Amino acid sequence: MTDFWQGILEAFWLVASGDAGLFEIVLRSLQVTLSAVVIASLIGLPFGAWLSVNRFRYRRTAIALLNALMGLPPVVVGLFVYIMLSRSGPFGVLDLLYTPTAMIIAQVIIITPLIASIAHQAIRDLWAEYHDLLISLNTTKWQRMRTLIWDSRRSLLTATLAGFGRAIGEVGAIMIVGGNIDHATRVLTTAIALETGKGDFAMALGLGFILIALAIAVNMAIHSISQTERTSTW
Amino acid sequence: MVNSILPLTLKDAIVKKRGKVIVGPVTTKIGVKGFTIVIGPNGSGKTSLLRLMHGMERPREGMVTWQCSDAEAKTRQTFVFQAPIVMRRSVVDNIAYPLLVKGIPKAKALQEATRSAQAIGLGNALHLEANYLSGGERQKLAIARALITEPDVLFLDEPTTNLDGGAMKEIEDVLQSAFKSGTRIVMATHDFGQARRLATDVLFLYRGKLHETGAAKTFFKLPKSFEAQAFLRGDIVE
Ligand SMILES: Nc1ncnc2c1ncn2[C@@H]1O[C@H](COP(=O)(O)OP(=O)(O)O)[C@@H](O)[C@H]1O
Ligand SMILES: [Mg+2]
Repeated sequence: MTDFWQGILEAFWLVASGDAGLFEIVLRSLQVTLSAVVIASLIGLPFGAWLSVNRFRYRRTAIALLNALMGLPPVVVGLFVYIMLSRSGPFGVLDLLYTPTAMIIAQVIIITPLIASIAHQAIRDLWAEYHDLLISLNTTKWQRMRTLIWDSRRSLLTATLAGFGRAIGEVGAIMIVGGNIDHATRVLTTAIALETGKGDFAMALGLGFILIALAIAVNMAIHSISQTERTSTW
Repeated sequence: MVNSILPLTLKDAIVKKRGKVIVGPVTTKIGVKGFTIVIGPNGSGKTSLLRLMHGMERPREGMVTWQCSDAEAKTRQTFVFQAPIVMRRSVVDNIAYPLLVKGIPKAKALQEATRSAQAIGLGNALHLEANYLSGGERQKLAIARALITEPDVLFLDEPTTNLDGGAMKEIEDVLQSAFKSGTRIVMATHDFGQARRLATDVLFLYRGKLHETGAAKTFFKLPKSFEAQAFLRGDIVE
């Protein structure tokens, strides 16, 4: 229990003292995760919409596969990205291993299926509601997708936030491809793993509290932005 | 306007669902002018017939032909569903939507939608989320949205079935004025009073078959078929 209180104290102290090292890794956490969320959303949301409005032969299989991919073990994704980016790998020439870019790539792979799957469910429901109208108005596939994405934007925000939540707290994959290098690829989660390994539980916990606070703050910020847009039940 | 897409002809057209014929074979013609009422008891196939005409059901057999290509006909007809489909948007955005689909610039579309909303009595709910509208208002919204593109033909599937008398009257007035300004209307109802008030001609549908077609005047004076007579008398027909 003493570790717990010391953790709170540590967190408070780190924040209050304006610790430059802390600031750096918080910023990098945000930078890596938000980049991954934006990229994964740009892929996942349209893909979810596309899956909803298109009928094709292996649609069910594709959806089952997508849902299965949601449960990809991050460590395995990390390993896969590591192999792809390592010197001898197919993308070795890009020299991306142990960079924030590599971490973003790993996170995109981890959260895109999650975002696409939640988006697919939301958009499929709305499509059932709009189907007759959009068919009757002779809309193109592309118009349908755009309309459905726009009109289900509330639920899609939830999909995006779920992706954010998964990415910001992820450690296995980014540890492998980022390497937790100080001033280069260290982020909150990898720092926590490091401090825990060193036995500095107070520090680890302090960083943990900051991580949680950060996740909550981002969620609330995004929600308040979307609330001010229009207050309604959607 | 260019040439009309009408008349619409159905020749031995059949709609099947799960191997069962639910409408047809139907042979009839929807002429250039008029307010056609498709009347018949519940389950007689009114919805299916309207959807067949509108191109949302494919004829399993027979033909449905317009005076132009199907592709062109599709862009010049609209459909109001029995349960109005309300988009998760404001009233004015709902009404403007078909114009946006046709590629009309947003500002112009909103301007026209505003005018249309005011004309139909939704002027003070322009920026309200459409989900908050009452049943009658939702149906008015659906009709305004269906008329905004000035279609040659407007199909309506029992638009007043779930409404009270006042709302029904308002909807009927809107439809009358659309008809008077030249819109061809084809509407399903099971309400004889309403059919009498609105129809210029009637398609009497019973168990998926057209039992009687013709001018409203003659139909209401003396229906030829036994089923229509019974229905007109108010007997329970099944
Ligand atoms: N998708 C469907 N599958 C099977 N039967 C259907 C389907 N749609 C309609 N039917 C049947 O076809 C008949 C006509 O339905 P409908 O066109 O909705 O009639 P109405 O609009 O006059 O009430 C009904 O008996 C209905 O049960
Ligand atoms: Mg019906």
